[in-house]
Amino acid sequence: MSQKLLEIEDLRVTFPTHQGDVEVVKGISFDLGRERLAIVGESGSGKSMTGRSILKLIRSPGRVTAKKFMFDGIDLNKQSERQMRQLRGARISMVMQDPKFSLNPVLTIQDQIAEALRTHQKLTKKELDEKVLHMLDQVRINDPARVAKLYPHEVSGGMGQRIMIAMMLIPEPDLLIADEPTSALDVSVQAQVLDLIDNLIQEKGMGLILISHDLNLVANYADRVLVMNSGEIVEQCNASELQNATHPYTQGLLAAMPRIDETREELPTLDRTQWAAT
Amino acid sequence: MSAIELNNLNIAYSSVQVVHGASLTVNEGESFALVGESGSGKSTILKAICGLNDEWTGEIKLYGEKVDPRNRADISRISQMVFQDPYGSLHPRKTVDTTLSEPLAIHGIKDNGDRVVEMLNAVGLDQRYRFRFPHQMSGGQRQRVAIARALMLKPKLMLLDEPTSALDVSVQAEILNLLKQLRKDQNLTYLLVTHDLPVVSFLCDRLAVMKKGKIVEIATRDQLAKGEFNDAYSQELYHASKHEYVA
Repeated sequence: MSQKLLEIEDLRVTFPTHQGDVEVVKGISFDLGRERLAIVGESGSGKSMTGRSILKLIRSPGRVTAKKFMFDGIDLNKQSERQMRQLRGARISMVMQDPKFSLNPVLTIQDQIAEALRTHQKLTKKELDEKVLHMLDQVRINDPARVAKLYPHEVSGGMGQRIMIAMMLIPEPDLLIADEPTSALDVSVQAQVLDLIDNLIQEKGMGLILISHDLNLVANYADRVLVMNSGEIVEQCNASELQNATHPYTQGLLAAMPRIDETREELPTLDRTQWAAT
Repeated sequence: MSAIELNNLNIAYSSVQVVHGASLTVNEGESFALVGESGSGKSTILKAICGLNDEWTGEIKLYGEKVDPRNRADISRISQMVFQDPYGSLHPRKTVDTTLSEPLAIHGIKDNGDRVVEMLNAVGLDQRYRFRFPHQMSGGQRQRVAIARALMLKPKLMLLDEPTSALDVSVQAEILNLLKQLRKDQNLTYLLVTHDLPVVSFLCDRLAVMKKGKIVEIATRDQLAKGEFNDAYSQELYHASKHEYVA
């Protein structure tokens, strides 16, 4: 990968508490080309915080610091809030976990998707409508014209997530951050949504950061994997080599998962004292 | 003797029928799973069995006796439920001790706290958690409390509604081990609702696949392990779960 899309060095996210500052991301470094990177870890490992900090979405009193924080030649450290708004959505966008809570309940699908586009580009009403319908078609919604007029409560979970993906991809960003995009969905729909993200990413040559707690899923949909535990990266490897992970935490996570042809009497559990996890 | 017998069970919420003529038998001491997508009616069946919903027709028999939905006290002494979300199913302002003692008070069982101690031990929680509030515990610990509460009345049947889907994999492993151990120790019968086939493979002997309110297939664990389903939808579900698997 010649041109790095994202270069991060010593990223830290801190929250002040009564007991002093708590670091939830403890100086991690990684970079990303136009590839699919997965960040996995359990709740509280700091994976979502990492994703959010790239968009500078950590609210005060939380603090984000990094020695190097570059996105496609732009120093994110130096961007003002106004400048960040130009980036969010247009260059970097984020798909959230639960479509039920992340879509605006009082806007129709059409208006929500159009809003994402209108914020960054000047288009006529007709062009907007065309683009929205085209995008809905791309995320494989059967009857785009009908669905565009619906409100979020009138669509299913899988459809809602596809609408959110449509909304995030319509300004054609360079980097998509997907934070647990499928954990609120049924197994049968999960694969569809992930295949969809995958196809669109490959087609448009974007970078993807897939944040997930599901190691198996990640192995299928990413090129590289970062395993996080209590704010640190404990292991980096190619997704195809995940089975040969060397760190005891990664191995523990892999072993703790039941298999569809399970024969073990007891599942191995993690000895948490070993890494002083939360 | 069979622990649960459902004959032609129909369940409707006002005018919408959600379960269509479900029939199945769960043997005593067996662990049985209901799997399917959201909206397939699996949790609805669970609620009807434990008396949380009385708008059904057909027949539900627990240990040979017909269930009368108006007599909830009887049902709850035989069967208890564990819910999906340990964050939502415990009263936030009651200590573990109060939560666990409540079923005894309701059923007028005199006890000087021995059973609370006993059940905390059974679910692997240290005694120091006895006077804590839910917010002072982790998700896995809370789910242990929820399981302990279900065990307080010494039921024979446990109804488990996605007991691990809100938990991390490593915590899920602990809870699954616990459930397996408890079944062995206390000779319990499980009816588990889940959409996670690997969990079924670990914990259950048989499973029923549900789609749109109908049971489309009943299969054994061996069939699940080999993927030998007869019904097309069960196959689809199997492959969808397999899809995420490291080859």
